[in-house]
Amino acid sequence: MKADRAGVLTGAHYLDGDFACGEGAMAAGCRFVAGYPITPSTEVVERIARRFPTMGGTFIQMEDELASMAAVVGASWTGTKSMTVTSGPGFSLMMENIGLGAMMETPCVVVDVQRGGPSTGLPTMVGQADMMQARWGSHGDYELIALCPQSPQEAFDLAIHAFNLSEIYRVPVLLMMDECVGHMTEKVVIPAAETIEIVPRKLTKKPVAEYLPYATNGNDVPEFARAGDGYRFHSTGLTHDERGYPMMSAECQNKCVRRLVDKIRGNADKIARFDEENTAGADVIVVAYGITARVARMGMDLAKKEGARVGFIRPIVVWPFPENKIRELAATAKAFVVPEINFGQIVLEVERCAAGRAATVSVPHAGGSVHEPADICNAILGAIK
Amino acid sequence: MSKTTERSQQESLPGMEHPVGPLLRMDRMPHIWCSTCGIGIVLKCYATALQEAEVDLDKTSIVSGIGCTGRVAGYMKLDGFHTTHGRAIPFATGLKLGRPELLVTVFSGDGDLTGIGGNHLIHAARRNMDLLVILVNNFIYGMTGGQNAPTTPVTAKSSTMPYGNFEPPFNIPHLVASCGASYVARWTCLHVRQLTKSMKEGVKRKGFRLIEVIAPCSTLYARLNKLGTGFDLMRFYHDNAEVRHDADTRDVGIKFQDSIICGKFVDEEKPTFLELMEAHYRKALGGRYVPMPAEGGMIREQD
Repeated sequence: MKADRAGVLTGAHYLDGDFACGEGAMAAGCRFVAGYPITPSTEVVERIARRFPTMGGTFIQMEDELASMAAVVGASWTGTKSMTVTSGPGFSLMMENIGLGAMMETPCVVVDVQRGGPSTGLPTMVGQADMMQARWGSHGDYELIALCPQSPQEAFDLAIHAFNLSEIYRVPVLLMMDECVGHMTEKVVIPAAETIEIVPRKLTKKPVAEYLPYATNGNDVPEFARAGDGYRFHSTGLTHDERGYPMMSAECQNKCVRRLVDKIRGNADKIARFDEENTAGADVIVVAYGITARVARMGMDLAKKEGARVGFIRPIVVWPFPENKIRELAATAKAFVVPEINFGQIVLEVERCAAGRAATVSVPHAGGSVHEPADICNAILGAIK
Repeated sequence: MSKTTERSQQESLPGMEHPVGPLLRMDRMPHIWCSTCGIGIVLKCYATALQEAEVDLDKTSIVSGIGCTGRVAGYMKLDGFHTTHGRAIPFATGLKLGRPELLVTVFSGDGDLTGIGGNHLIHAARRNMDLLVILVNNFIYGMTGGQNAPTTPVTAKSSTMPYGNFEPPFNIPHLVASCGASYVARWTCLHVRQLTKSMKEGVKRKGFRLIEVIAPCSTLYARLNKLGTGFDLMRFYHDNAEVRHDADTRDVGIKFQDSIICGKFVDEEKPTFLELMEAHYRKALGGRYVPMPAEGGMIREQD
C-alpha cells in the first residue's frame, strides 16, 4: 500500500542522516518509538519526539535500552509499527529483547548509529565495529536482516525498506548506520506519499477457533494476530509449538528454531541488495559499506589512475550476507579488498565465500575517523602484485 | 502430551467445569506449580476478579516475565505474553501505549519485578503508567532452586545464603508508593476474598496499580527454612497477618516469620501517564495534536 500522508514530509530537504532516518521511519508508518538517549543516535528520536504528536504517534523515553527494546516488541504486538534507536553501548543492552523479538517473530526496527568501541569507546566518533554483533549479538540461533546506508538520502530510503522487510519476514530489522552518515548533512528528497510503497501489518483473517499463532501452513512466516482482537493467543520466548505453547523437546526445538533460521536463509537472494560497479574483468574487487563505501570510491579512483582494474561491491543488505554474489565474483577476480572501520569483521564473510579462490585483503581501521583513501589505494595495488 | 489431552477432556465433562475454566488454557493443564504453592490461588483470584468486574476479555492482555509466577501468562486464556526476565513491565508499557484501549496486567514474581526488573518497576510507578501489576512475593527465586531474592527477609535461609540472609529486603508497597503508584495493596494468598476484591478494584482503576501477594513456596522457601509445607505457611498467615488499611507504608516491611501487614495502603485519583501526555500535548500543540487512536497506531489501507 501507499504511505500514510501524515508521516511523509514531502519535499527537498537539507538533513543529517539521523533526521533523515527519523523521517524515513515516520514515512514507513512507524507510530511507536521507545528510546534512551545516546550519542550519536539521539537526533533520530529528537526529530520523532517533535513530529509524532502531530501524526498519532507515541514516543516514550524509557529508563534504559533494555526497557526501550522490550517496549518496542510489546508495542508491535498491537500492530503499531515500532522502532528504537541507539548506539553501541545501548545496542549491547538491546540484545536480550532483540532475541525475544526474533523468537516471538515480532516485526520492528532497531537503528544502531555506530561509534567507536569497545565499551564507552568514542561516543562522538565513527566506528563500524558492531557488524558482527548485529549478526550474532543475542544468544542462540536466529537470523535477522541488517541494512547499511551510505548517505542521509539512503538513511531515509532504507528506514522505509527496513520496516517493509520486518513486516514481510516478521523479524527485527537492524539499520546499521555509522556516526559519519548519522551526522553528515546532505540533500534528502522525500517523495510524495502516493509514490512510497509500504508493507502494512497483515492481520490474519482466520476465525478465532482455527487460528494457531505459529502455524505457517507451508509459508515462511505465520499469520499475525494483534493483541485486543479476540484471538486470545499466547506468545513466549520459550521454544514453542504452533499453538505458541512452550514445548521442551529437541524435536520442537528443531522445528521452531530451524524455521527462524530458514525463513531468512531461504530468502537470502530475495532479500539481498547491493551496488555493483565494474566487476566484469576486474582484478580487484573492493567490498565496502556505510561511510567506508564512499571513502573506498576515492581510493579506487586513485588506484585506477595507477592502471588497476578495480570493481566494487557495496552490500546494502549486509545480513544475510550476499554470499552467492561474492562466490560468483571469486571465480573471476584475483582479490577482494575489504576496508571497514573495525579490525576485520565483514572481511571474514568475504573470505569465507571466496573460499580460497580469490585472495582476501583486510584494510582495518580502529575508528575515530574514516580511512585515508591512499591506504585503500595501496591495498588495491598491493593485492594485484 | 496424551496425558495432558486425557486430563483436559476429563475436566471438560458437563457439570465439572472449573468456575474460571473459560479463562484458563485447560489444554495446558496440569500446570508446573508444586503442591501447596500459592501462585494458583492468586491466578484463581485474578480470573474471578476479571469475571466479576465484567471486563472485555478480548481487550485484556496479560504479560509475565520469567520464573514460577512468570508462567501465569501462559495459563490464562487471554492475549498473553511470556517475555524476558525482568522486562514484563516495559513490554507491557509498549503494549498499552501501542493500543491504549487495552487493559494490561503484569503478573510476575518478586525476583523478576524487584530484582532484575527493579528499574522498570520504579519508573513505571513514577510515570503512573496505566498498568495493573500483580506481584507474587514468595521471598525466594523458586524456579532456579531457591536462591536469595531482594525480598528475602533477614535471617531467612536460601540456597545462596546458606547461613541466612543478611541483606535488607525491599519493602515493596513503600517502594512503589514513594515512586508515585496510584493504588497499592498487599494480601496473602489466604485472603482470597479481600485479594479478589482488591484485584477487582485494580482492574477498574487507572494508572499504576500494584498488588503484592504473599504466597508460600513450599518446595524451597519453606523447606530451606524448616517451615513445613505450604499449608503450614497458610496457617502462619492466618495467625500473623494483620489487616491495616491506609497503614503508613514505611511500617509495612516484612521480617522473618513476623507479622504481615495487609490491606489497601494507597488509593489515589491522579492523572495517569496517558492522561498527562494527552493533556500536555493538547495544551502545547492545540489543534495540531493528533493522539494515538484508542485502538492503536496501526496504519491501514486508505480508501
